[in-house]
Amino acid sequence: MRKDFDAWLDGETELLDRLPEAAERPDLSLDELSRVRQEEAVRIGALPRTRALAEKHRKRFRLGYRLAAVGCCLALMFVFLYMTAHISSYGQENPRATEVSDRYVRDGLEETGATNIVAGMILDYRAFDTLGESHVLLTALLCVIVLLSIDEKNMRSPYGDYSQIRLERYFPTEQDSILHKVGLVLSPCIMLYGFYVLLGGHLGPGGGFSGGVVLGTGLILLSASMGDGVTDRFLSRRRYHAVIFCALGFYSFAKGYVFFTGANGLENHIPKGTPGAILSAGLILPLNIAVGLVVALTMFGFYNLFYRGGNGEDYHD
Amino acid sequence: MELVELCRILLLLLLIACAVSVNLTKSLLHAVIVFMSYSTVMCLLWILMESPDLAITEAAVGAGISGLLFLLTLKKIKQLGGKDGNVQ
Repeated sequence: MRKDFDAWLDGETELLDRLPEAAERPDLSLDELSRVRQEEAVRIGALPRTRALAEKHRKRFRLGYRLAAVGCCLALMFVFLYMTAHISSYGQENPRATEVSDRYVRDGLEETGATNIVAGMILDYRAFDTLGESHVLLTALLCVIVLLSIDEKNMRSPYGDYSQIRLERYFPTEQDSILHKVGLVLSPCIMLYGFYVLLGGHLGPGGGFSGGVVLGTGLILLSASMGDGVTDRFLSRRRYHAVIFCALGFYSFAKGYVFFTGANGLENHIPKGTPGAILSAGLILPLNIAVGLVVALTMFGFYNLFYRGGNGEDYHD
Repeated sequence: MELVELCRILLLLLLIACAVSVNLTKSLLHAVIVFMSYSTVMCLLWILMESPDLAITEAAVGAGISGLLFLLTLKKIKQLGGKDGNVQ
């Protein structure tokens, strides 16, 4: 025990990690297992130590939490008051607030080549925002994967059995004949519309985000009405991650090039094309495709993780 | 009064009604459905305000994806009602 304690002090091992888990002792029932764990914890001296530590942390946390809350409130109050002091009074024109939008409307077509000024704004003037948004979506997906995906590591449950949990949570929707037939007709139409919105983002209303969401909805309907086997066939876990990685990487590199040349006054070699043609507006079309792919796959991933806790069998490995 | 103006006022009233009733419904399932209809009304309003970009996104995200995720969450925490706590 002495040795264990020294090792714990050195940060080599966590005492509580040494307690037997359900997976290691399949022969015991749950009550027996918790009794064995309790005895083991008392034997290696983990319990009193960790309890005292937890109490200490809790006290510290409580005080820090209150101080942080007060500090945040004061900071926010200051920021809001400071901002409102600079707003012009109601009905008066504020040149500082409309200068930028005036320029977007006046020079947007010429500078970005996109007939849809909104697309030119979010993917050219403010492309950095959109890059951040895509990464926020990816981060949200990663959090959902961590919280909801089913694998051996979060299977410390009374069942202990992967397949049983999967069966419990999973209702095979493709056996519903109404859903099956409706999905057969609707999902190709929805996906086609999604591609149209995605590819025509620089010409008319639409763009990467909205097109991607429509595309993702089509994928979800396909998966729900035909069974997960259909989508798993062309969208394995590996390919899923590869597409998201490539799309985000392409976005970052392409915009990095534009930012670099723009900031240093270098010539930008990306042609603008004729406004109104499908291959025009410089980088906006490829960036729309990249954002759309990320959004569509993220939405589909959300559905998969919320519904089945993983992308079928290949989340097993 | 023009017809479009009348539609706009009706839609705004419907929007307020939806927003209030989301809070007032007892059942979580009903709240999700009302929330989806709120998004649909908002989508029509975006079209009236001449921003079809936002209308497409609002329809797809508000009425589609977020409603779906809410429903899946309700299914997971067994709050959909029905015999064994879930509708199948």
